[in-house]
Amino acid sequence: MSSKLWQTFKTPWIDDNPITLQILGICSALAVTTSLDTALVMAAAVICVLALSGAAVSLIRQHLPRSIRIIVQITIIASLVIVVDQVLKAFAFEISKRLSVFVGLIVTNCIVLGRAEGFAMRNGVLASTFDGIGNGIGYGLILVLVGALREFFGKGSLLGKQILITTAQGGAFEPLHLMLLPPSAFFIIGVIIWVIRNKKPEQIEQSEFEVRSETEVGQQ
Amino acid sequence: MVEKIAADSSLKVMLTAVAVAVICALLVSYSAVTLRPYYLANLKAERQARLESILNALPRTMDEIGVDVVESHTVDLDTGEYSERVDPATYNVRQAVTDPNQSIAIPPERDAAGIKRRAHYAVVYILRDADKAVRAFILPVYGSGYQSTLYGFLALSADTKTVLGLKFYEQKDTPGIGARIQDPEWEALWPGKSVYDASGMLRLGVARGKVASGSEEADFLVDGVSGATRTSLGVHDLLRFWLGDLGFGPYLKRMRGGKANVQ
Repeated sequence: MSSKLWQTFKTPWIDDNPITLQILGICSALAVTTSLDTALVMAAAVICVLALSGAAVSLIRQHLPRSIRIIVQITIIASLVIVVDQVLKAFAFEISKRLSVFVGLIVTNCIVLGRAEGFAMRNGVLASTFDGIGNGIGYGLILVLVGALREFFGKGSLLGKQILITTAQGGAFEPLHLMLLPPSAFFIIGVIIWVIRNKKPEQIEQSEFEVRSETEVGQQ
Repeated sequence: MVEKIAADSSLKVMLTAVAVAVICALLVSYSAVTLRPYYLANLKAERQARLESILNALPRTMDEIGVDVVESHTVDLDTGEYSERVDPATYNVRQAVTDPNQSIAIPPERDAAGIKRRAHYAVVYILRDADKAVRAFILPVYGSGYQSTLYGFLALSADTKTVLGLKFYEQKDTPGIGARIQDPEWEALWPGKSVYDASGMLRLGVARGKVASGSEEADFLVDGVSGATRTSLGVHDLLRFWLGDLGFGPYLKRMRGGKANVQ
């Protein structure tokens, strides 16, 4: 693998992570991370869709008229998502029921269209495929991390296996029910972003405007 | 390596659009047709598992109450009679309620379960022992909880007057609060409750808060799930609806008349 391809593949993991740096795909990250298994399956589904849509869009990019490029990209993405959804319903029925509409909603996941329009339209098939997989991994890493934390603290289990014995089962661990509700994913993702930006200050965005202090406002 | 993006011409736009649409349609159709048998097998297995879970929820195991046969029947809810027109194995209630030809609108003042429409038919299960005597009726029930629809099975004794079990197999109410209607501890409160009082009034339900043990109400009501008033009320209301005239009322009346063997 050339170093350029490797860079394309690896940067989205942390340096250009779609969730923590670009803040895309948050909706599904909140919804499917109540347990680790749903997070893993969702990550796999998104990786497939990203890789295949990147390849497909890149393949036809030189023949794609500008005026209809977005709708063509969405058609391709939507078809892939339907196929992935059907594969899950056929071979991972239980999990697909728990993921419910969120597999279908990959169509509207900004990461997928963002990579198609932002990368695959301008790069070769191989690079676009690696970019898709790389971004999928970046998305998946955060999903799996959040899913693991929420399942562990919310139910005391990982992948459905009980690790801490809850008080209801006679143990000492009181599950944090908040962890199973959507807001907890916000908190966790917020903390992850803070940690990453602390380690990598170059990710910190410039303020668009100064927040003035109260005394300054009072003087006017 | 930024490349030039193709220029537009109407013909090219048309051709690209048609080509993409055809290829995508072929892809989707192919996968739909190839994967459908797997999906249907999964649905069938799920229905079977659901049935087994309600059987497991009954107070005694199947062997102990002597269940030998499980039958499924389609009931016409308006008349309470069995219908041969619909195959219970393939009947899909959730699809039927979205079709005006297969369901009726429920007047809001009578819609205790908050389901708006009710299908013409329902699939019930009858458990019989080795001598073909009815041991239990299993009725599908559902209705609005706090933030989701609660789907469950209610198992009644052969005389339809005593609850053998109530199990919710699908709900999306608040985890750890409303979702506790699926806890074994709460499910264990149901067996033995009476459906009707001596005058034949429908009394089964969920109390607000705790039921005083030994009180007259304790025969009919179970404790509400603490902290989950709306979910508890939802369970109460959906039971009243499904045991009432718009639900299985006519059917249960027929069954009490000894018609369980009529097919």
